[in-house]
Amino acid sequence: MKAFTRSGVVLTAAALSLSLAACTASNEAPAGDSSAESTDAAMTELSGNLQGAGASSQESAMDAWRAGFQSANADVTVGYDPVGSGGGIEQFLAGAVPFAGSDGLLDESEYATAVERCSGDGGAYHLPMYISPVAVIFNLEGVDSINLDAETIANIFDGKITTWDDEAIASQNAGVELPSTNITVVYRSDSSGTSDNFTDYLEQASNGAWPYEATKEFATAADQSVGADGTSAVVDTVSTTDGAIGYADASRAASLGTVALKVGEEYVPYSAEAAAAIIAASPLSESANGENDLAYAIDRTTTDSSAYPLTLVSYHIVCSQYEDETERALVTAFEKYVASEEGQAAAAEAAGSAPLPADLSAQVTAILDEIAAA
Amino acid sequence: MTTTQQSPETEPAADYGTHPGAAANRFFKWLSTGAGLLILTTLAAVATFLLVEAWPAISMSAAELGEKVSFIKPENGQSLLEIVGFLVYGTVLISVIALLLATPVSIGIALFISHFAPRRLAQGLGYLIDLLAAVPSVVYGLWGVAVLVPFLQPFYQWLADYFGWIPIFAPPQSGEVFTGRVALSAGIVLAIMIIPIISAVSREVFLQTPKLHEEAALAMGATRWEMIRMAVFPFGRSGMIGATMLGLGRALGETMAVLMIISPGLTFSAHILQPNQHNTIAAYIALQFPEANALGVNSLIAMGLALFVITLLVNMLARWVVSRRSEFSGAN
Repeated sequence: MKAFTRSGVVLTAAALSLSLAACTASNEAPAGDSSAESTDAAMTELSGNLQGAGASSQESAMDAWRAGFQSANADVTVGYDPVGSGGGIEQFLAGAVPFAGSDGLLDESEYATAVERCSGDGGAYHLPMYISPVAVIFNLEGVDSINLDAETIANIFDGKITTWDDEAIASQNAGVELPSTNITVVYRSDSSGTSDNFTDYLEQASNGAWPYEATKEFATAADQSVGADGTSAVVDTVSTTDGAIGYADASRAASLGTVALKVGEEYVPYSAEAAAAIIAASPLSESANGENDLAYAIDRTTTDSSAYPLTLVSYHIVCSQYEDETERALVTAFEKYVASEEGQAAAAEAAGSAPLPADLSAQVTAILDEIAAA
Repeated sequence: MTTTQQSPETEPAADYGTHPGAAANRFFKWLSTGAGLLILTTLAAVATFLLVEAWPAISMSAAELGEKVSFIKPENGQSLLEIVGFLVYGTVLISVIALLLATPVSIGIALFISHFAPRRLAQGLGYLIDLLAAVPSVVYGLWGVAVLVPFLQPFYQWLADYFGWIPIFAPPQSGEVFTGRVALSAGIVLAIMIIPIISAVSREVFLQTPKLHEEAALAMGATRWEMIRMAVFPFGRSGMIGATMLGLGRALGETMAVLMIISPGLTFSAHILQPNQHNTIAAYIALQFPEANALGVNSLIAMGLALFVITLLVNMLARWVVSRRSEFSGAN
């Protein structure tokens, strides 16, 4: 009995010294870098419940971020309600959630409400966190890739070009054997950010061939068109219809043929790098709230052929200043994780998104460091 | 329901006051009254909720609402009221297709089970039909999209080729029925979904036909079909109408199957072989809800209110038809 107790004491002592050693080691390492130290300290103390709401496009990425962040911070629970961009912004502005996910930017009146909602006068910031190329997919036997400019795509989706061997398509694809199959246009019948980005691309880049405005509800005059509810249904319909063309999140393009878009003088197939490059090629929105507000006006007309202009950029909207220190710590720690290489890699794996370029990621982290508590 | 059976009920209620079962009797009276009241309260609560939540959208001018809600486009002839109009039309059209297809089949099934099939087969078949009612609508939707729609497409093409001159079967402009995701497909799947309800209720009604009536008809030399026409149908008419209306109620509110099958659009078109022409209220709400902002949700709830009113009207109509005919039959 005695021996048993003694060995117990020894074990405890050993464990104590070990954990002490671990403590000093982790405290010493970042001594030179004060900001890293403060985040480290915050990381270890974090506890609580962080709720977000917004765009459903980020849902699977958000699942990965939540899982990753919660496993690093066992006392934190992160929740995300994929109510849609509009609903998320509304809840954020009403103060119901500390951050929102959104495919679109705040409008003028929402910016104004954000100033009232957030502590201080700084208002809200957009942080691009989720970049995802949208692929134009098609189903033609034996053809994996074709080249098209925005004008031709607009004419196809508007029903002005109705067969695959049309001169407008053939002239851009010398050497590809195009059948005379009728083109079936497949579109998203539900309201979605993908449709919004796609129609925005057509409106901006097609030189007026797309006579409609960018909208979340795809509308077309094409006679031979089929609507499908959700990405899966669009991909499914395109795969089962010979001669179909549609658009979907690139991660879901799978075995279907994809269109390389004409940018400048070259044709650019979708890729994670090219999708991320469009951000570098785009200016900040004119209504952006200072230089810390990374609200991009995506320039779909860019001639920089390293960029893929048909890209969905989804933001996290956060306050520039939070009333409550715990809330600020939770939000910034979570968002830093999201913007980190690790977080972006997790999203890329889970949702097939394009990771943020390193400099943008660093910029986001710097902005998050400036966010203060009142 | 003869007078001799009624005599026990006319005994004075006071006699039950000291009866051993009096407490239980009172308990069940309150329980059943409570259940009845609960339904009324729920209905009133739903109606109030719909009205209150829909009000911001209803009271706003069309142009203003169009600016704030992305799917309402007054400039394209799609104001809230116009959308509701298109959707009510689509909902009723698809439900009527379903009803036209399902009613004859259901009555046939019910007659077969009640009057033609050997008893053992009838029982098994009855269970099978009831089983159909237990299949979730999302399964019907998946089956419809993956199996039925591609299967029907050549048939639609044939229909369009030979009967295309009838406006409802007119093919799309190119003359080719390039997709089966049209109103007719949605109607067919809905028909399959409502067959169990209609046939189960009709079957029960047919089984209630007084044996004496049937035997009298047969004794007068009627064939089986004539017996059914003379004895079973007149007796079961109100029951059949009630069953049909129950089916219609389900068809009107069905969401998932329609959502997955139809390629939606907003028009008053009668062309049931063309995609992008019709949609139902329930499916439209499901399509737009995920990305709708607050006013968008208000507008969608206004559409829900319209569906609520239609369903209520259909049920009241059914009640009225049944009650008007009840004196001629013993079904009630």
